[in-house]
Amino acid sequence: MDVPVHDVLIVGGGGAGLRAAIAIAEDYPEISVGVISKVYPMRSHTVAAEGGAAAVIKDNDSLDDHAYDTISGSDWLADQDAVEVLVSEAPAEMIQLEHWGCPWSREPDGEVAVRPFGGMQTERTWYAADKTGFHMLHSLFQTSLKFDSIVRYDEWFVTSLVLEDGRPHGVTAIELKSGEVHAIGARAVILCTGGAGRVYPFTTNSNIKTGDGMALAYRAGVPLKDMEFVQYHPTGLPGTGILITEAARGEGGVLVNRDGYRYLQDYDLGEPLELDDPNHPQKRTMELGPRDRLSQAFIHEREKERTIEGPHGDYVNLDLTHLGERTITRKIPMVRELAVRYVGIDPVTEPIPVRTVVHYMMGGIDTDVEARTLQPGLFAAGECACVSVNGANRLGSNSLTELLVYGARAARSAARFAGETPDVSLAALRTGQEAQRQRITEWLSPGAGGGETVAGLRSSLGDALEEGAGIFRDESSLQQACDTIRNLKQRFENVKLTDTSRTFNYELTAALELECMLDVGEAIAHSALARTESRGSHQRTDHPERDDERFLNHSLAYQTDGDPRIDYRDVVITRWPPGKRTYGTD
Amino acid sequence: MAPTDSDLSGRPVVMDVFRFLPDEETEPRFQRYEIPYRDDDVVLDALNHIKAEVDATLSFRWACRMGVCGSCGMMVNGEPRLTCETFVNEFHPEPIRIEPLAHFPVARDLVINMENFMDTLPTVKPWLMPADPKPIEEGEFLQSPGELATYKRFSMCINCMLCYSACPVYGLDETFIGPAALALAQRYNLDSRDGGKAERANVVTSHEGIWECTYVGDCTRVCPKEVDPAGAIQMAKLSYATDWVKSMLLPGG
Repeated sequence: MDVPVHDVLIVGGGGAGLRAAIAIAEDYPEISVGVISKVYPMRSHTVAAEGGAAAVIKDNDSLDDHAYDTISGSDWLADQDAVEVLVSEAPAEMIQLEHWGCPWSREPDGEVAVRPFGGMQTERTWYAADKTGFHMLHSLFQTSLKFDSIVRYDEWFVTSLVLEDGRPHGVTAIELKSGEVHAIGARAVILCTGGAGRVYPFTTNSNIKTGDGMALAYRAGVPLKDMEFVQYHPTGLPGTGILITEAARGEGGVLVNRDGYRYLQDYDLGEPLELDDPNHPQKRTMELGPRDRLSQAFIHEREKERTIEGPHGDYVNLDLTHLGERTITRKIPMVRELAVRYVGIDPVTEPIPVRTVVHYMMGGIDTDVEARTLQPGLFAAGECACVSVNGANRLGSNSLTELLVYGARAARSAARFAGETPDVSLAALRTGQEAQRQRITEWLSPGAGGGETVAGLRSSLGDALEEGAGIFRDESSLQQACDTIRNLKQRFENVKLTDTSRTFNYELTAALELECMLDVGEAIAHSALARTESRGSHQRTDHPERDDERFLNHSLAYQTDGDPRIDYRDVVITRWPPGKRTYGTD
Repeated sequence: MAPTDSDLSGRPVVMDVFRFLPDEETEPRFQRYEIPYRDDDVVLDALNHIKAEVDATLSFRWACRMGVCGSCGMMVNGEPRLTCETFVNEFHPEPIRIEPLAHFPVARDLVINMENFMDTLPTVKPWLMPADPKPIEEGEFLQSPGELATYKRFSMCINCMLCYSACPVYGLDETFIGPAALALAQRYNLDSRDGGKAERANVVTSHEGIWECTYVGDCTRVCPKEVDPAGAIQMAKLSYATDWVKSMLLPGG
């Protein structure tokens, strides 16, 4: 097979990748764009986002307010130039999606409706009931079908970036259907591979979120930024980790402990209002506080033995019963569907058991506001990237917005780069292809490998991170995680594949994913060990205070032959000097 | 989440799983697995237990495990189901027979080849063609909650292919555009912002389109997201027929 060559190749067909592909197809119709994804685009994890996407659209709101909420929510670790770009380009991106048919929920007068969300002082979250990510992804996917210039490689698994002379020339990838290793050339590559929640054992993330793009960049010498910041969502279903959206609290749902007490009032999140108070739910207060603080409060309640014991661990209750059937069915139907199906509870009449669950990586591939990485020709957008608009804690409903704004920006940057870049080196691509082909052939040959299994190593990695780099960490727990992961990387050399066939060999792809997860896990543990302060989602019990003197900066983890090297870069401050992060009182 | 040793119910479940590796085998076969399960396990959990603990060579697609990505449709005791929404307890203690979705070529084990659908989908032009285009700066198109409700149901399709697997017409003739794609065309036809109905007519009303549907209704019965493709197709038939009658009565109008 000849090596296909595109001007721009996008790795990942979720929200960011499809937004980027459409941007190129619309604005640069002469440019050839490829989208390569290990799953069909509709399966990408954007599909599971529920609550909504933030953008200023109403008269009572302002871009500065959205920026301030995002920056204070980030515990001042977000780059403020990147946040200003996010909030100012968000409204047009959201309207664009409306023009592409996204079925946004509406006000009676036909305007787009918005709802309150955690950490936001004004209701500005656009939503499509509580299947916002699903509708956004399908609107983007269906719109992308209009463009003949978008060439898709569905169910192809990227195994490496091909680099030569200081720029990418494309990728190597396994076509899952045939199991063959191919090379695809490109003058510019955009990574849009999503997050890596699967490195933890208990996550809302789908099976495919294994940090593949992060690992590709890391191996190419690009640093992973702020990897110590891992978001635990406060309301996942016990057992499965299925997400119960923050929109449930945006609509007025409350969290109560075993005594029926709204315990968030004990954790510096303000005073509760009566449920029939017209101002309930109060913004930036109690249940509408930020996710990091709510998840930390859950752990404290558990330490006080005020959570409830269940077959899948301790939980608290999310009570929606006062909202009534009409509101629940109209505004958050999926919450009801999921609770009834997976825990046998109808939220109309009973509270839903919930607990903290790994949800989102604030960190990722180091990018700038043009979505560029330090490697010319390599770009990244969406959850796999860290630009950073999320800093130490992402606010709910900013990630869907981010993938639109920065997906489109990455497209423009990559298209410009491709236009100024000479032909790709087919020789380099063939060399890369041959190397990957050999590696996989050896791996699949009978007798290869030792006594380790993919499932066994994956499970050990998850345990190491959950125990060592969970909601609260300290030097000793993190050192332990670093040591364990170093050991797991050695053991990975002895991994044994029992499936030696070519067609849809999902054991092989799981092994390749595990290799990525080990790289990502290593970056998380070492970055967390090095940051001796507490900020946002990174809570060090041995260093409980925020330390702006030493750590108003982004960590940058570089891969080396041994442990990663951790470097730092100052946070960009434009108009919002670091301040105290207050909820419930401002 | 796969069961762990500590919380298994102690009762085994028997799974008879379709196996086929076209590269190396001439005939499919069924492989029996007897595995422990937990009361709240779904069929997909049981398959993942097999893959992780018993037999890593078993191939199947899955991703979200919460009924929204559409990856994990299979035949469960002869019915097309999303395995992440189908509980083991529904069948226990009877054996559970797992096969790839009917009416599709098998790529391997439980993995179907759905390229025909992926190639057909763009032909119905499932994207918004604004009736009255305007620039982004002029803001959103207004759409009342009532107008939204007109098409919302048909916008809920997750492309899980269960309806194709249930459709007797598609089973006989894979050139039939099929329930999900036709429902999606109708979703856009019904959208108050859209003006593309006439442009979709060629394909939607072609021999492979709505008129091939014999209204058995199995697509609607098996749809896990209550999209009602059969209803969408009936509406499309009526709507395009009405357009045709009007065009006959009012030539040029």
